[in-house]
Amino acid sequence: MREFQAGLLTDTIARLCIEANCVLPCDVKHRIEDARKNEPWPTAQGILDKIIENYGIAKTNTVPICQDTGVCCVFLKIGQDVHITGDIRAAVDEGVRRGYGEGYLRKSVVKDPLRRVNTGDNTPAMLYTEIVPGDKIEITVAPKGFGSENMSRLAMLKPSDGVEGVKAFILRTVEEAGPNPCPPVIVGVGIGGTFDKAAYLAKKALMRSTDERNADPYYADLEAELLEKINALGVGPQGFGGRTTALAVNIEWMPTHIAGLPVAVNINCHVTRHKTAVL
Amino acid sequence: MEKHIQLPITRETARTIRSGESCLLSGVIYTARDAAHKRLCELLKDGKPLPFDVTDATIYYVGPTPAKPGSVIGSAGPTTSYRMDAYSPAMIAAGETGMIGKGKRSPEVVAAMKEYGAVYFAAIGGAGALLSSCIKKAEIVCYEDLGAEAVRRLEVENLPVVCVIDSEGNNLYETGRRAYLNTL
Repeated sequence: MREFQAGLLTDTIARLCIEANCVLPCDVKHRIEDARKNEPWPTAQGILDKIIENYGIAKTNTVPICQDTGVCCVFLKIGQDVHITGDIRAAVDEGVRRGYGEGYLRKSVVKDPLRRVNTGDNTPAMLYTEIVPGDKIEITVAPKGFGSENMSRLAMLKPSDGVEGVKAFILRTVEEAGPNPCPPVIVGVGIGGTFDKAAYLAKKALMRSTDERNADPYYADLEAELLEKINALGVGPQGFGGRTTALAVNIEWMPTHIAGLPVAVNINCHVTRHKTAVL
Repeated sequence: MEKHIQLPITRETARTIRSGESCLLSGVIYTARDAAHKRLCELLKDGKPLPFDVTDATIYYVGPTPAKPGSVIGSAGPTTSYRMDAYSPAMIAAGETGMIGKGKRSPEVVAAMKEYGAVYFAAIGGAGALLSSCIKKAEIVCYEDLGAEAVRRLEVENLPVVCVIDSEGNNLYETGRRAYLNTL
């Protein structure tokens, strides 16, 4: 059993908050640069050039790529051989508080969804924990902007809707979102589980590198097919028309009930941010 | 190629700006998003004066990140506009002639734009670091308690935007997509 002080999470999370918000992951940059090469529509080419210029400026000057520095999603994969002393929630929130303060990041969280008073320090984090084998703790910080979060949808389809129903729902969600979520987007899809598990899988799908396809060839093919179909919609960067509507489709799936086919689509903008460290 | 527009935009000028035109805006704009719009529209409803003159004003839907020491402002790209749809017709009736955001607008907003003469611009969503370089001065006008959502007076130089919906209701989100699909 490895002993671990919860407070050790704080510094790492603070650092990850700043890095995630100012430096776009390499895989996302590669997707945008590839899309620029393959984009035939002049307006869309111009937009993609500006997007590329923007993340260059953000990295050079250590400023946020986007002003919506998001609600801070923190994923902890905790090895089952780690014994944590201290308050994990407090340590995580202190990391977010420090990162968003020291990094000059925007405080975008209200304490109560109806009474809407800003908490002033971007806490609390949206905390996800998972128990995994081993004696390490893996921390992923993923600031999530709400322009794209608001365009996310969930459907409880019928088994008879099948894969065609799933595809139609995903395409409809992206098309209806149109220009709102700042395309080109990354589409996270969760299929199966329960109402809540499908949504969680869709968010988790956005944490996967766009360099990786689903390990199951059936789902990898589905990802490729959906990406092609989404990019035939013509929405284009910022919705001004063009080929590049999505940069990637990432699907995660799990077993479900005989009566159900839950599907969740969690959309992310081209500023898809996440940064991971292992302690 | 790009049309230079000196702010403020009069109702007459608004009617000359066409959907699809790339524009560079220079002059004074005000920021407001959800919470500020709610307060401004409550004032309008009660017949009270607004904390700034909305006549011919252009409102930028933005909640910037805090300015680093030595900077005018932090990252400052547009937020999604449809959340302001409930408020925009009243703002347009009160004198607003320009809106800067990103994403779709409601038929009610477009109707008010046509009736009074107003224009809807989009800035590139997610390009906040780039757009902030066009902001030369920023000061809080009111609602400081709202933090990022406070109303700010910005002086901008050559802020790059695209006219998405003009005062005749033409919409680049529809025409641009159709034009691209027609080339396939």
